[in-house]
Amino acid sequence: MNLNAVGIVYRKEFREWVRDRRTLISTVLVPLFLFPLMMVGFSALAVVMVGKAEKETPKVMILGGEDSPQLIGSIKKLDSLDIVPYAANWKEQISNKDIRAAVEIPEGFEKSLQTDQSDTVKIYFYDGEMKSSFGANRLEKFLKDYRDSVVKDRLAAKNLPASVLSPFTIKQENVAPPEKVSGATFGSFIGYTVIILCMTGAMYPAIDLTAGEKERGTMETILSSPISRMDLVLGKFLLVFSASLATAILSVISMGTSFAILGHTSAMNTSSGHTLALNLGLLSVVSVFVMALPLSFLFSAVLMTIALFAKSYKEAQSYLTPMTFLIVIPAVASMMPGVELTPKLALIPVLNTSLVCKEIISGTYHWNSIIMIFVSTCVYAAAALFLAFKTFQRESVLFRS
Amino acid sequence: MIEAQGLSKRFHDKKRGEIRAVDNVSFRCAPGQIYGLLGANGAGKTTTLRILATILEPTDGTALVCGHDVVEAPEKVRANVGFLSTATALYPRLTAQELVEYFGRLNGLDEVTLKKRIDDIFARLDMNSFRDRRCDKLSTGMKQKTSIARTLVHDPPVMIFDEPTLGLDIMTARTITTFIRECRDRGKTVIFSTHIMSEVEKLCDVIGIIHGGKLLTEGTLAQLRERYAEQDLEEIFVKVVSPLQNQAEV
Repeated sequence: MNLNAVGIVYRKEFREWVRDRRTLISTVLVPLFLFPLMMVGFSALAVVMVGKAEKETPKVMILGGEDSPQLIGSIKKLDSLDIVPYAANWKEQISNKDIRAAVEIPEGFEKSLQTDQSDTVKIYFYDGEMKSSFGANRLEKFLKDYRDSVVKDRLAAKNLPASVLSPFTIKQENVAPPEKVSGATFGSFIGYTVIILCMTGAMYPAIDLTAGEKERGTMETILSSPISRMDLVLGKFLLVFSASLATAILSVISMGTSFAILGHTSAMNTSSGHTLALNLGLLSVVSVFVMALPLSFLFSAVLMTIALFAKSYKEAQSYLTPMTFLIVIPAVASMMPGVELTPKLALIPVLNTSLVCKEIISGTYHWNSIIMIFVSTCVYAAAALFLAFKTFQRESVLFRS
Repeated sequence: MIEAQGLSKRFHDKKRGEIRAVDNVSFRCAPGQIYGLLGANGAGKTTTLRILATILEPTDGTALVCGHDVVEAPEKVRANVGFLSTATALYPRLTAQELVEYFGRLNGLDEVTLKKRIDDIFARLDMNSFRDRRCDKLSTGMKQKTSIARTLVHDPPVMIFDEPTLGLDIMTARTITTFIRECRDRGKTVIFSTHIMSEVEKLCDVIGIIHGGKLLTEGTLAQLRERYAEQDLEEIFVKVVSPLQNQAEV
C-alpha cells in the first residue's frame, strides 16, 4: 500500500466532491437545515395549531334531556361551549365538522339521580379530530365535575365525609434525572437519525466515485495510471467515509441546536409536566460519534461495492434503494417499545448501534455491549472493505457492458 | 519497446457463451516506430490495447512493455505508458491544470518537476488560455489537448492510442495525428489502433491487421502491397479479412 498515492486520490476526490452541488445538498444542507426545520418548525407549527384549536368555542349539540332541565341549564350556561339546537342529522354534522360533539342525556336522568340510581351519559365525537376531541373533553370535564358534586351531596345527605370514597391517593413521581428522561424519550430517535444520515451522506459520493466514473468514462483513465487498484479503492473509500462522517457530525450539531431551541420554547412536555430539554453531554456526543464510526465505515464500503456494479448513476440509485430499506428496517426496529439491547441483538449490524445509541443518550453505559458492538461492526466493516477491494479487481464489474 | 507474446483474452457471455476477443496475438513494436493495429469494430483492437495498458489481464500469453511483464508488474508497465482513447474521459469538476497535475502526482513526479513539465506541455500544446477552466467547460479540441497533456505529463517511453480520432472533427483529429508523429520523432514506441485506412497509410511504420481477435498479417505498407498485390490499403484489408469473414458467415 502506498499512502502517498492514497492521499493523492483522496485529495482529488475531495476537491471534486466539494465542487458537486449534490454533495452540498446531501451532506451539508439536509443535515444542517432539515432538523431545525423538522423539529423547531413543526413543533412551533403544532403549538400554534393546538393553541388556535383551543381558543375556538366548540359547537355542541344536546340530545334528549328535556326532563333534566337543571343539567341542561348548567350546560347552556358554559362559556366554553356553544350549544346549537337539536338536529336529527347530528352524526353527519359531527362527521362534516359542522359541530364538534354531541351529548346524549338519558330519559329521566335527574329523576334517577334523586333516587340514587346510576345512568350513562354518552358523548359523541369524531375520533382523531383535534377540535372534536377538545369539545368532547370539555363536555366530559363538566360532567365529571357535575358527578362529583352529586356524589358530595349524596355523602353529605348520609353524613359521610368525602374521604370515604378515596381512602388514599396514588401519585407517580419521576426520580430519574431530567436528562435521562429526555434521553430515554429522544435516544432512539437520535440513534435512528444518525444512522440514516451516515448512510445518505455516503450514498451520493459512493455512487459518484464508482458508477459515476463509469458513466463519465473516467474509470478507464484512472485505471491506466500507475496507481494500484488497492490504493485507488482506499482513496475513494476514505472520501466516501469522510462524507458519511461529515453528514453524521453536522446532523448531531444540528440536532443539539434544535433540541436546545426546543428546550427554551417549552414546546415539548412530559406527562408529568416537565419540559423535555435534551442536554447531550460531551461524553454522550463523543460516544455516539465513536459508535457511528464503524457503522459509517461499513456503509461506505458496502454502498461503494454495490454501486460499482452499476453502469450509470441512475442504475446505481436503483440498486441502492432496496439497500436503504435494509438499513431503515433495523433502525426503526430499535425505536419499537420494549426492544432492548441483548447479547444476540448486539451482533446485528445497524440495530445494535441504534440500540446502544439509545442507551448512551439516556446515560446508560453497558461497556461489555458497547465493546461487543464496536468490535463486531468493525469486523463487518473490514469484511465489506475487503469485498470492495475484490470487486474493484473484477474486470466483469469494471467493464460491464 | 512492446513485445506481445501469444496474447489471448476470453470473456464469458451468458447468451453467447465464451468469446475469444483476442486469440494468440503476437507482435513487436520498437522505439521510434508507429505500429498500426487495423481492424473493423469488434476485431479485438481495444481489448489488445487494454491488455498492453494493463487495464485488462490476458487469459493466456503475456506482453513485455519496456521490459516489464503486463501480468507480473502491471504498475511498472503503466508508469511507462501513456494511454489515450476516446473512452478515457476527463474529470469534469477539475480544471485542465488540476487534472494534469493529478496524473503527474500519481506517476510519482515531484512538485518542481511537475510544474516545469506542465508549463512546457501547456506552452507546447497552446493550452495556457484554458489551463484554469474546468474540464466540463472545455470544447472538444481543448479536451483532446488536455487528454494529450495527461498522457505526456510523465514523459512515458510508450504511447498507446486506441482509436484516438474517433468522432472528432478534422481539426481536432489533426492535432492528434500531429501529436502521434511527434511521439515517434521523439523516439517513443507508439501503438495505434484505428479502422480508418487513410490514417494508417499516413502514420504507421508497421501495420497489423486484426480480425476476430486474430492478428492475420503484419508488415510495412510496402510489404503488404507486395504480399497481396494491391496498392490500396482498403483492398488489402478486404483480401486479408474476407476468407475469415466468409468462414464466419458460413
